[in-house]
Amino acid sequence: MIVPVSYYLVLSAILFGLGVVAFVFKRNVITVFMSIELMLNAVNLAFVAFARAHNQLDGLVFVFFVIVVAAAEAAVGLAIIIMLARNRESLNVERVNLLKF
Amino acid sequence: MNLPFILFFVFALLAVAGAVMLILAREPIHSALALILVMISLAVIYLLLGAEFIAAVQIIVYAGAVMVLFVFVIMLLNMGLEERTDFSKLAKYAGMPLGFVLLLEIAHWMFHSQIGAAIANGPEPATAFSTVELSKQLFRPYLLPFEATSILILIAILGALVLARKEE
Repeated sequence: MIVPVSYYLVLSAILFGLGVVAFVFKRNVITVFMSIELMLNAVNLAFVAFARAHNQLDGLVFVFFVIVVAAAEAAVGLAIIIMLARNRESLNVERVNLLKF
Repeated sequence: MNLPFILFFVFALLAVAGAVMLILAREPIHSALALILVMISLAVIYLLLGAEFIAAVQIIVYAGAVMVLFVFVIMLLNMGLEERTDFSKLAKYAGMPLGFVLLLEIAHWMFHSQIGAAIANGPEPATAFSTVELSKQLFRPYLLPFEATSILILIAILGALVLARKEE
């Protein structure tokens, strides 16, 4: 017997929900960034599960591209975080409020 | 219960526990280690789904390269414990409930929709996806996006260098 694909989708939904909670809840900008990575991972799991359900490889190709974009995003985002830490001397997202009304 | 079920539930529980630890930890480094736990559990789950290449890429690129970058930046900045400030009342009172409402909504949709039912009852082939077929897909119909990602990576490297450079 094989694990039904819907189990994987429910796990993906749980991880995505926890990622959203972490994104809203955490105050450290690095941890907020990590919660985005968690959401991307949850979406990747859903892509692989759908690829399995339809027995087509396009889902896996998409996962590959998502991983590449996530790596590029991590490089640029962490450079921005380093600049932020230099200028503000804090990693709290609530101290980065120049554009907040 | 047989082996795939046991493996799925063990690693699904590990992944969810890692995600909860990411939320509860106050040290950023503990959050990073929890995220590595989530990524490695997901790699095992990809193996269960027969996606061997994606599992290897998950370990090498995500748990390896991306998380090393995160840990490196956490060590470099060394800002200590997360502050618990209360500037945003909305995040404090609406964050957790709205997140769980979203979670429940997605789970409900997946169980009760037409697509969800079709997937749950659909036939499931036992064979793994072949890496040869995946690379044929990647280098024939998806060749242009694949080449575009190399330019994207190049621009990301340049952007990171320019952003992180010290101004004279």
